[in-house]
Parts: sequence; C-alpha cells; structure tokens
Amino acid sequence: MLERFMTGASTYSSSVDHLIFLIAALVGFWLIVAEAFFFWLMFRYRYREGRTSQYVTGEEKELKRWISVPHMLVIVCDIVIIVGAVKVWMNIKQTMPPAEQTVRIYAQQWAWSFVDPGPDGMLDTGDDVRTVGELHVKVNTTYHFELLSRDVLHSFCVPAFRLKQDAVPGRTIRGWFRATRPGTYDIQCTQMCGMGHGVMAGRVIVETPEQHAQWLQRAANPAFAAQPAVSPSAPSATQGAQLAEVRP
Amino acid sequence: MSATAVHAEPSFFRKYLWATDHKVIAMQYFFTGMFMALVGGFLAYVFRMQLANPGQNVPGYGVVTPNEYNSLVTLHGTIMIFWVAMPMLIAAFGNFLIPLMIGCDDMAFPRINRLSYQIFFLSAVVILSSFFVPGGPFGGAWTAYPPLSAKGAYNLAPWGASVWLLAVALEFVAFLLGGINFVVTTMNGRAPGMKMFDIPIVVWMIVVASIIFMFSVGPLVAGAVMLLFDQLLGTGFYDPTRGGDPLLWQHLFWFFGHPEVYVVLLPAMGIVADVLAVFARKKLFGYRTILYTTWAVGVLGFVVWAHHQFVAGIDPRMANVFTVTTLIISIPVTEMCFVYIATLYGGSIRFTTPMLWALAFIAEFLIGGVTGIFLGSSGTDIYLHDTYFVIAHFHYTFVPIAIIAVFAGIYYWYPKMFGRMLNETWGKIHFWGSIVGFNLAFIPMFMTGLAGDPRRYFNYSQFAEQATPALQHLRMLSTGGLLIFIPFQFIFLINFFWSLRHGKQAEMNPWHANTLEWTVPSPPPHGNFAEMPTVYRGPYEYGAPGRAADFWPQNEPAYNLGGDD
Repeated sequence: MLERFMTGASTYSSSVDHLIFLIAALVGFWLIVAEAFFFWLMFRYRYREGRTSQYVTGEEKELKRWISVPHMLVIVCDIVIIVGAVKVWMNIKQTMPPAEQTVRIYAQQWAWSFVDPGPDGMLDTGDDVRTVGELHVKVNTTYHFELLSRDVLHSFCVPAFRLKQDAVPGRTIRGWFRATRPGTYDIQCTQMCGMGHGVMAGRVIVETPEQHAQWLQRAANPAFAAQPAVSPSAPSATQGAQLAEVRP
Repeated sequence: MSATAVHAEPSFFRKYLWATDHKVIAMQYFFTGMFMALVGGFLAYVFRMQLANPGQNVPGYGVVTPNEYNSLVTLHGTIMIFWVAMPMLIAAFGNFLIPLMIGCDDMAFPRINRLSYQIFFLSAVVILSSFFVPGGPFGGAWTAYPPLSAKGAYNLAPWGASVWLLAVALEFVAFLLGGINFVVTTMNGRAPGMKMFDIPIVVWMIVVASIIFMFSVGPLVAGAVMLLFDQLLGTGFYDPTRGGDPLLWQHLFWFFGHPEVYVVLLPAMGIVADVLAVFARKKLFGYRTILYTTWAVGVLGFVVWAHHQFVAGIDPRMANVFTVTTLIISIPVTEMCFVYIATLYGGSIRFTTPMLWALAFIAEFLIGGVTGIFLGSSGTDIYLHDTYFVIAHFHYTFVPIAIIAVFAGIYYWYPKMFGRMLNETWGKIHFWGSIVGFNLAFIPMFMTGLAGDPRRYFNYSQFAEQATPALQHLRMLSTGGLLIFIPFQFIFLINFFWSLRHGKQAEMNPWHANTLEWTVPSPPPHGNFAEMPTVYRGPYEYGAPGRAADFWPQNEPAYNLGGDD
C-alpha cells in the first residue's frame, strides 16, 4: 500500500509497509463500523413529533454488552497490533545483523557528511573517504552506521528505507540498513534543527558493487577531496552548508 | 467557600477588571483565548500560504523567510495549545460552569482565581511581545528541544527563546493556581444533596484534567527553569559537552506534554457529554463507565510519554514498553466514544447547532483516535514520526477538542453567559463551512505524510522525492481547506457580537436542561443563586418514566411516591 506513496528500497521497508497495512485494515474496519452505527443512530432516533426518548441508564446488564463486547474486540486488535509493532521494531532497531560494512554519519547545521571506510573496509584509517551530502552504499550489503551530531539534534531519515533515527550530540547511535534496489534516495533531516532545517538534504546513492568500486577509485583521486559533494546528482546538498556560513 | 450572603453590585473597575466573580474571570479567559485563537489562526494562514506557493508574497504578511517560517509554526503550536485550548476549555468553561453547575456562589479561592487570570494575561503579553524582540520570536518548534533552544548561536533568536520559555512558565503558574481552585471548589462547594455521582460529567472532566495537569507540570516547570539557566546563566543541564543530556528535556517535556493532551481532551469530552444528553433527551449511557474511563485515561496518560521519543535515541527496548502502554490507553478512550455513541440509542435527537458540533466532535475525533494507533505502534512510527501524518493525526484530535467542542460549548451556554440566543441559521452555516474546511485541510496531510513529507519544512524543493507536482497539489488542497475554514469563523464572530445586543432574549432554561446553571437567570447575577439550591438527583434524568416533561431538573424536589429515588 505504502509503495504507492513512497518507493521501498531496504530489506525492512516492506515489513513497515505490511504493518501499516495491517493497522489500516484493522482500525479502518472498526472506524467504518463505528461511524456507520453512529450515523444510523442519529438517523433512527432523530426527533419526530410525538416520539419521546426512552429512559436507558446504560447500567443494565444486557445493555452493558454494547460496551463490553467492543471493549474485548479492541483488546484483541490491540494485542495483534502490539505483536506486529514489536516484531518490526525488534528487527529494525533492537537487533543488528552482522555488519558487512560500517559508515559514519555526521549531522550538523545544516548538512550531512559521511565517512566511508574506503577500500580497506575499516573506519579511522588513512583511506577513509569523506563526503558531504552524499552517502554511497553497495546494494544488498548490510551496513551499520554510527550516527553523530556536531551541534543540535537532527534526525537521519531515509524514507525509501523506512529508516529514521535522531542524532544526539554527545552520543554515538548505531543502527543498520541493507539496501535492496540501486538508485538515488533522499536523506531528510526530520528533527527541527534551526534555520536551514528545510534544506538539510542529502542523498543515498545505492550502487552495484562495480559502480561502488568505480566511485571508490574516483574518490582516491586527490582532486576529489578538494571539491566535496559536487556531483550533479546532488546539486543542493551543500545549500544548507552555505546557509550555515552566511548566518550572522 | 466564601460564605458572604450579601452580594452588592460592585463598581465597573471591580466588576470587570479586578473581578473575583468566577463568571467575569471566565469571560476574561474566554475573550483572551478568542483573541489568541485569531493570532494562532493568522500564523497558520501565513505558513500554509507559504507551503502552497513557496516563496510567493503572502497577502497580509509578505514573503516568508526560512527563519520566519520556523517561528510561525512554533508560535502557532504554542499559542493554540497554551493560550487557546487551555484557557478556553479549562479556565473559561471551568470557571463559568463549576460554581453554577454544582450550586455555589463562587470559586473556593476567588482571589487566587483573579491572580491566576492576571498571571495568564501577563503570560499572553509576554508571548506576544516575543514577536517584537531583537532576532525575532523563537523558532525551535513548540517542543523546544535543546541544544537548539538552549543556545542563541544555534537558534539565532536568543531573546525569542528566553521570552518564549518565560511565557510558557508563567502560563503554567496561572493554570496551577486555577487547577487547585477547580478541584477544591468541586470537592467542597457542592450543593446539599449533590453526591459524587450527581456531578455533571463536564465538571468531573475539568476536575480530573486539573489534577492531571497539576501532577504532570511540576517536572516541566523545573525543566524550564533549567533550560532558562542554560540560556541565560550558561549552565549545562542539557549540554552534552559539559555532562548534560539533551534527552533529559525530552523526558521532562513529554512527561507533561502527553498528559497535556488529556488535560485538554477531557473537558472537551465533558462538554460533548452534557450537550449530547440534553439534545438527545437521554440519560448518559453509563455515567459511571464514563467516570471510570476518565480516571483510567488520567492515570494511564502518565505512562505513555516516550511514544514521542521512539526514534529519539532512547534505549530501543523502552519502545516496546511504551507501545504497550500507548495501545492500552486506546481501550478507555474507545470505550468513552462507544458510551457517547450508545447515548444516542433510544433518544429523540434535536439537531440544534450545539448538538451538531457535539456530534461532529465524535465523528471527527474517532478519526483522530484511530490514526494515533499508527504512531503509537513503534514499528510504523519509525516511518511516520515527524511527518505530516503526525500533523494530520493530532489536528484530528486537537481541532475537535479546541475548536469543535469549544463551539459546542459556546453555542450551548451562550444564552446563559450573555442572556441572548445565538442565531441558529448562521450557526449552522458556520458549522458546515468549518467542518468542510477542516476535513479538506487535514485529509490531504495524511497522504503527504504517508508519502514522507517531513514537518516544519518551509519548502520541499531540495528533496526530489517530495518535490513532485502530485504532492504539491495535495499541499495546495490543504491550504485551500484552511482558506475555506477561515471566512466561516468570521461568520461566527459576527453572529457572536451581533447577538450580544440583538439576539433573542434567552429564557432561564431555553434548552430544557437539568443542571443547576439553568435554574438561575440568564445571565446569572453576581452570587449566582438567589436561594442556594438543593440537589435531589443526577444531572441526566431525561425521559424519565411517569413524568409529563421529558426533563427533570436536579433541584426539583421529588414527588413523594414512596420510592427511595
């Protein structure tokens, strides 16, 4: 259902979508039943000449059923939803499959920057590749990320991955994703972070292993470091950073 | 109780500006709230116009800069919750109704009541003054998360941020003073014969709401002082570089912030209950069920707060706990809605303007309620958190609460408040226009939210997935809904002020209602009751068998039929 609104491009995106669909079906059905019954009562018991209201306290046993039966149904639906929610949550947030690659993400007013471990696959070594606004990842590869903030709260959100995680200064927050479909996807900041919040854009570029190797090769070129984030696919990624420089 | 028997007519100054009369204080809150609603509404108009036509001149405002946009959404939220919903639902209706409905002459502490309004008025002046301070008003969202709110270097509005906090803290003080008054008055001031289960539901709900408020706001007042110290004295309570923790604020804020939802919800539910019973000519279905679910909501409301923080960096295991508690609270709330719906069964429903608003509350609030499940369930909140889905959801709760229920209350009690009837035809036009506009404004937001539109963005041009014509059309539709909604509010204002002088003279009990406020002249004189009433029965004895009239006022002595009533 959600695919019609937003593409899904990670292993867990469909599990979030299914959960949204499950909740929509359950609560949607009961919403329609409740509203229909409500409108029917309004029509059925509208004022008519000569019709007086009945004296019903609602404390009678057979009438209390009208409340206690829906009450039980709500509990059943709640349990189904809780089980679904916890399962999805455990998968995305509480457990981490072993990492095939680890990247570091820095949030700051108002830009994203990334540290790719480079050819050796290790962070904090000489061949790390730093980028601004663009995160390059390999398709079908499990990534762990270390999320940090340099100033205020931000939130790292890739809607196509169904991933969202706040960045908190002073903490390193870990999470994971595994992209399933090559392409370019938006990174949003979804925690109010000041003037440039609305332009704090980034891109995840999901590449095939060959494309990724090519990108790493280009990145090894010394010229690359001199011109961060100038790829035409991310024309605006540095706008937030520019905004940060011109502020008073 | 102030036991003064004689109530001389006071001078103008004492009567309207330095009043201790609960009805005058209620009106002071009422008109302040109404004025602030116009301010909050104007802010919404400006930022919705910016979203529909990014970068274009907004008629009546000008071009909206990113910083201004943040301030607009921040102050819209702050004002609508703290300076509209709170004063209208708790203070205005609470002050006006509690003494009249429980049959006493004034609040328990009339001078504390006056002080409460004065502090509230001051807080309103302070928040409005933040529009004029250097650097402009605060723009860090109504949640004011530090470090953004703590440092001028981050939020670029050091004055605005401190003034905002000061205003909010003052507002809390005002409502603490008001809250103790509501609780004490209801517990001690009831007319002889009014037992706990004879108290009108709206009074109960305002009392429970006041208790929730008083229990939850303390930690946030402390938190606000700490944040003010961080801003002004350079302390580091929320500064991670000096051992503080920004998440601490979130816990303090939401420990208050979520119960606050119920603080405004309950009085609204109470107003709806009373209006529903009167115009369905029906006893409320399961009075005790309503009362017990109210308390259940009040208590459970304290253990759900972290569902606002699922992705905030808290321990992920905590999310499971809060998912469970959040879904549990759906049980008493749905039960309350079922009870209201069941009240219609066997009724003789009069579709007057107040009744239309009360019915609309239920129809719309159900939508707000069920969409909350998507957000309370941790798995889906990962995607939907801080998107327009959240905005649509809480406006489907807050608009029914702070607008629809408030209008139900205004149309219902206006004759008692001002001694005149509102025009029914214009009332119905106002109703239908508002309902159409409201739904048109917020249904598209569910869709843009599902499509991933984040909140608090002044435009979406930097995001390929959001900058599509289809989504932009939905945003424009939403703004269109608001543009329909707004003019109908002017119809209300004209009806309101015109009827003050020219409306039909209201009788003592125009709706044939049972509660005690309808046994005194409209408007009630200073001191309320010429003779203090005695209560013989519950507030909702409509259609009682064996009576010619379909209502049975609470203070009417029972015929001695040998029964024990």
